[in-house]
Amino acid sequence: MKSVRIGAGQGFWGDSPFPALQVAQSGDVKYLCCDALAELTLAILQKARQKDPDKGYVEDLFFTMLLQPCYQKSIKILTNAGGINPSGAGRAVYGLAQKMGLKGLKIAVITGDDLLPRLGELKKAGVDLSDMECGGDISSIEDRILFANAYLGAQPMVEALKAGADVVITGRTSDPAQFLAPMVYELGWGWEDWDRLSAGILLGHLMECSAQSTGGNFGGDWWNIPDMERIGYPVAEVWENGDAVLTKPEGTGGWVKLNTVKEQMLYEVHDPAGYITPDVVADFTSPTLEEDGPNRVRITGMKGRQRPERLKVSIGYSDGWLGEALIRYSWPQAMKKARKAEEIIRKQFASLGLTFDEMITEYIGYNSLSGPLAWGDGDDLNEVGLRIAVRTRNKADAARMPRLLPPLALNGPPTASGAGGMPRPRELIGLWSALVPREEVEKQVRLDILEVE
Amino acid sequence: MTRVLLADFAHARSGDKGNSVNIGLFPYRDEDYYLIREKITAERVKEHFAGLVEGEVVRYEAPNIKAFNFVLRGALNGGASRSLRSDNLGKCFGANLLRMPVQID
Repeated sequence: MKSVRIGAGQGFWGDSPFPALQVAQSGDVKYLCCDALAELTLAILQKARQKDPDKGYVEDLFFTMLLQPCYQKSIKILTNAGGINPSGAGRAVYGLAQKMGLKGLKIAVITGDDLLPRLGELKKAGVDLSDMECGGDISSIEDRILFANAYLGAQPMVEALKAGADVVITGRTSDPAQFLAPMVYELGWGWEDWDRLSAGILLGHLMECSAQSTGGNFGGDWWNIPDMERIGYPVAEVWENGDAVLTKPEGTGGWVKLNTVKEQMLYEVHDPAGYITPDVVADFTSPTLEEDGPNRVRITGMKGRQRPERLKVSIGYSDGWLGEALIRYSWPQAMKKARKAEEIIRKQFASLGLTFDEMITEYIGYNSLSGPLAWGDGDDLNEVGLRIAVRTRNKADAARMPRLLPPLALNGPPTASGAGGMPRPRELIGLWSALVPREEVEKQVRLDILEVE
Repeated sequence: MTRVLLADFAHARSGDKGNSVNIGLFPYRDEDYYLIREKITAERVKEHFAGLVEGEVVRYEAPNIKAFNFVLRGALNGGASRSLRSDNLGKCFGANLLRMPVQID
């Protein structure tokens, strides 16, 4: 039976490229697939493009480190690192390949996910752009929208592979699409082979967060995971019938066991029986998972259903500013000191007439990651940091608030430390999701190929 | 009746999507799947997260991998990129669920 080996190269913008290099060197893979875009990454990239229209794609060391080794081993790279400007990313990779002398390298650029220029037109045509989560009307955010991108599926990437592309760069896609595309292309799957497409989506989902299926961010007995400093990214061997084995390169750290794979299987999933993607609705409650030797998990019997008629569009809008400040106190009575500091600050805000859309306080070392679920009263802690975070309409107010904290070092409870370096205000981005008719997106999808001379 | 913590017999991982958090919950031993099904209901999880989660909690079952998935709506102070919280991505919700006390016969 025909099969193909596919490796994971990146789980987010900022991920380590070293395990990706390991996959290319010793993973015995034909494809290296990357997911560079978290939900909010486009907001950051949009700001970069506002400053420089040539930017707006993910700029990191990935291509600098991986392009040459992949070229030498004829490993094809698929990535959504194009962000909000896939054409710009294509030009940058082209320039890099030219400098490296990678003659004949074909770079495919896929555009068409960007719906920002067409929102007005879609609304006029009667497309309901209400938020899927809160149901609100789009007019409430219309003048603050920063980006609007539809999630594309694997089809354009398969077209790119058919056209001989060595590197495929896209913008917003469903996260597992980069992984599904080479399976469809290599194994000859049809676009209505729901069970096999669904198997490809599950494997993509298991690989899109890099080491999260091989022992990273593992909530079980993480202390037993070997050699995390050189953890391996996942590699899948997939057969024509959709059955697969998830593994990792020989000699790398981490684990591929049932429990690490299961944790990733439900990661960021809602209904496991209906995982909706542009290409298929996958049923994660259908497959059988079993350990098949060390660091090998076999996945069989995956089922899926017909793809949805509408595609999700993710819209980001400016939603005020975050101002934050931190001041730390030591034993004895660290918690009491921090609480006193909060009381003083609140009184000072009141007497200055400072109000905020929202204000929260957290005690770092006590409840900043657990909120009301924190245990005990924190009386015996060695140190406590008081963090104050406010939501404001404008940047200046967010920048002003933290300046009230440093004087506490001299005017408040003893041992105040670390109130000097105040974080800068950060713009807050609201996310809005709507569904649009598939054909409205698909009609604007374009594939361009650049060949390095 | 013995009182234990959910952490004693299960592990968990959480993640974000919009203003929702999901928590995958996995018993260390397959047979404890039924214990979780009986004890860790959506209502109990909603109660457990009072003050952190504003919306409804839905529980999904994945018997093929002996796991449960909890979806907590209105859990992220508006969502990762507009949250004021330190844990803006909801990474610690799984660990926080494991603090839940469970009565075992």
